[in-house]
Amino acid sequence: MSTQHTQSSNAQHGPFIRFLATLDRRWIFLAMMLAVGTPILLQLRPAETAGPLSTATFDVIEALPAGSRVLFAFDYDPASEGELQPMANAFVHHCASKGHKLAFLALWPLGAQKANETAETILKPFHPEYQAGVDYCMLGYKAGNEGVIKVIVTDLLQVYQADVNGTPLSEIPMLKGVTNIQAFDLIINISAGYPGSKEWAQYGTSAYPDAFILLVGTTGVQSNQLYPYYPAQMKGMLVAIKGAAEYEVLVNGKYGETAAILAAQAAMSATSGGAMKETGVPAVLQEGQRRMGPQLVAHLLMVTLIVLGNIVYFATRTKGAAR
Amino acid sequence: MLKRTVPLFITGIAGAILIVAYFSPATTNWGEVVTDWMNTLAAVAFILGGGNLLFVNLEKISSKRPGWAYALVTLLAFVLTLAFGVLKIGAVPNAQFPATPWAGDYESVRAPFGWVYEYVLSPLTATMFAMLAFYVASAAFRAFRAKNIEAILLLGTAFVILLGRTAAAAILTGWIPVDGPFAFLRLDTLAVNIMQYVSTAGTRAIMMGIALGIAATSLRLILGIDRSYLVSD
Amino acid sequence: MRKMLEQPNLITRSMIAAGLLSLFAVHGDCFGQATATAPAAVSAFIATDKPGDDGRAILLHWEQSEATAQVLLSRSLGDDERSALVRDQRIAAATKAIAAGATQADAVKAADEAERVFANDTELQWTFIGIAASAEGAEGFEVSDLPRAEKGFRFRAQSTRDGVRGVAAETTEPVEAVSAAFFAARFPLMIALSLLIAVIGRCVWTAVHGKIPELRKIAALDAFDEAVGRATEMGRSVLFVPGIQDMTDIQTVAGLTVLSRVARTTAEYDATLEVPTTRSLVMTAARETVQAAHFAVHRPESYRADLINYITDEQFGYVAYVAGKMVREKPATCFYMGAFYAESLLFAETGNSIGAIQIGGTAEPSQLPFFVAACDYTLIGEEFFAASAYLSGEPAQLGSIRGQDIGKLIAAGIIIVGTALATIGAFAPEGSAAAAASWLVDVLG
Repeated sequence: MSTQHTQSSNAQHGPFIRFLATLDRRWIFLAMMLAVGTPILLQLRPAETAGPLSTATFDVIEALPAGSRVLFAFDYDPASEGELQPMANAFVHHCASKGHKLAFLALWPLGAQKANETAETILKPFHPEYQAGVDYCMLGYKAGNEGVIKVIVTDLLQVYQADVNGTPLSEIPMLKGVTNIQAFDLIINISAGYPGSKEWAQYGTSAYPDAFILLVGTTGVQSNQLYPYYPAQMKGMLVAIKGAAEYEVLVNGKYGETAAILAAQAAMSATSGGAMKETGVPAVLQEGQRRMGPQLVAHLLMVTLIVLGNIVYFATRTKGAAR
Repeated sequence: MLKRTVPLFITGIAGAILIVAYFSPATTNWGEVVTDWMNTLAAVAFILGGGNLLFVNLEKISSKRPGWAYALVTLLAFVLTLAFGVLKIGAVPNAQFPATPWAGDYESVRAPFGWVYEYVLSPLTATMFAMLAFYVASAAFRAFRAKNIEAILLLGTAFVILLGRTAAAAILTGWIPVDGPFAFLRLDTLAVNIMQYVSTAGTRAIMMGIALGIAATSLRLILGIDRSYLVSD
Repeated sequence: MRKMLEQPNLITRSMIAAGLLSLFAVHGDCFGQATATAPAAVSAFIATDKPGDDGRAILLHWEQSEATAQVLLSRSLGDDERSALVRDQRIAAATKAIAAGATQADAVKAADEAERVFANDTELQWTFIGIAASAEGAEGFEVSDLPRAEKGFRFRAQSTRDGVRGVAAETTEPVEAVSAAFFAARFPLMIALSLLIAVIGRCVWTAVHGKIPELRKIAALDAFDEAVGRATEMGRSVLFVPGIQDMTDIQTVAGLTVLSRVARTTAEYDATLEVPTTRSLVMTAARETVQAAHFAVHRPESYRADLINYITDEQFGYVAYVAGKMVREKPATCFYMGAFYAESLLFAETGNSIGAIQIGGTAEPSQLPFFVAACDYTLIGEEFFAASAYLSGEPAQLGSIRGQDIGKLIAAGIIIVGTALATIGAFAPEGSAAAAASWLVDVLG
């Protein structure tokens, strides 16, 4: 019934308005696909400059003395990998370049795998000096959401008796003497939702304000509810791909072409017989900047769609009012 | 009595303990015990959920109800993934203990469990999440109308954020000097300021309301005033 | 006040300390600073228990007039640390003896000797804490996360500059870290919570005794009956999605209390109600809730447990199931009540495309815009929590909403006062308004 009404009322408008007013949503889907796909194929990559949030985040890690203990909480899964993996890569590369000791845990079941993948992608090739147990360790996933945070903030061993390989924490050199996560200098949470940054702020830095510093990387959609925690409970925050791209600019500016990276690229080129020849800052450390191209065109499409939607609204409303 | 009074009693005691444990160091351990119980229950509940999934889908298949083939696919995926993970089928042998299959790495992409995760689950979940881009576009086209002053303000804010979070900001307003008196008009600066101050102020207000709502709801549950989730005796 | 976390990796710490000290010394010699004088020793070195904590922190104070000097800090060992070190020493000595061909009895003797040597070596009884700036002693240097020590801790402070160390100062008596009855930092929150409980309690009491507060109309809640009635007329089902979180999330509980009312209406109208869930505990609770609603309207025979199912914990697996079900079965009415994240728009847009009446409710601020854009009615934040009380119509529950509103008024009052004080304080930083604003910030944390 409503469709018939729309069709009859649209009959008095021009063909353009009629087309827009009855536009099947699949045309919009197609337009969005092209808006995202075309810049990827054309490798459109706009220039980025760091904003205040990314700079604050970068500065916190820079200010930590080498060898500080950093706890990574990978609270996301493959669904939001597109938005969060670039910042995870940049965080790990930055911390490893500073020589910090890294422990990884996850409150999301698939987060542990993301942590493993990140170690494989970043630590193994670009920081070969990093040894499992000595410089980094994988604590794995624990069920219990914020309950886990509440417990490990005072008693790590109650939840994590061993790492993912079954090695007791007391036998992991970098965790010798660590009884709770207050022994870490910095916690970096990469979060796609619940449990995530809000819970780390509420049950971590809010409950123990002097215990450690919290940095977060978050999806754009939940950033709104995290801004109230910055800068009191969170000293830095990377928001979505834009935040990752800005942070990459800062990290790569200082650690993008280290000796280890150049050596890794030379080794890769040699083992592949020259087929995998990469020079300069590795592509995996520029993913955020690369994804800003599709984001630009997609946002422009959104603006266009909103404008078109309002043209339809005003055209049909004006005619209706005149009648 | 068992169906109503006992759950109410447990809710009241556990809630009170968690509140007290937050404020008193002497009772911090009690709070941890309650949290541990909750975690244990959540872990056991996985079995309950698995059982229900099996039961419902087997029933669909056996009675050939519409869509029973989907149920079959669900069951096969469930059983196979469970077997790959629990039994560590095809796990990559551990270099230290090559003769012990249970010591193998089942999360590697060379093992079936890791392969399913990497090449089935990851692309599927990423695809579902990516659908948001399409739905956001169609929702924006349909619902984002300048119907009144508030809607116009919302629309303007949306434009600033959409453009300010991309390189369009630099293209459109990059010519405004960063340290000049009109720097605040740069789209990227405007976007950050809107998110950091205007949006944050609104979000804070909503969150305070929500926090009080949570406190009141929690009290209603702890004190047993709200019992609508329980079956009557 | 600066804080130093205890990381009692003792041997490593001691080695670092020794290394640092030797580095300072070498550095001094290499650069011809043999004439560098030792800094003055710290004076008035005292350790006190940090009040209002969980008994794991101690504050150190000292005086050091030379600003360029630094202070090396150490403390005595905790009980478990000492035991662990003794054990390590014994094992090392015994292992060495056995490797040299000693008998088991001799190995035990060697272990005993190692323990005796350890006990007599006073330097091994200390562990390095960290290096502080000389000025930090004035404001207090916090040593936190201390291990258990029945007899308390002794502390040592030694000035250093350019690798040259001054005379060490030690605290005279061991200091115990004592646990307080309450966390001092959380005391203001405790007062606020107590006040809120008192206000809500009072409002509940007055409502139960006849003074029932009037609530404004909430359109989304008033539309419940109409939405369910439409589904009944069309012969289609009603879909209720209780969010994607477990029972630990208060939003899920609030969603189930709303489900109670929806289930009652569907039972009365004899409409089909389907509740797919992401958590098995939620499924069990939803079944209980719907069954209770059917009992309440004397229609227990129409309750069907098989319509309330567990689907999967995986967020997007659940979305795929529910969206697929919506497209295939086209429910006439969809309720989304609980904690939602990225799936909110996926549900609401799919529901919109099949022409369902949609009522959303969540306390996730990031998802509210999506529900507002795509649903017919939305319960925003606190409205969602008030829904259960609003729908129940029980005086006690309605009273609690009034108490919640009074709490909001108090919060708004504090915000207004705080903002006014901070604004005035910005113009007169030395004035009493600035001091009051600063006090307020300190108190409220």
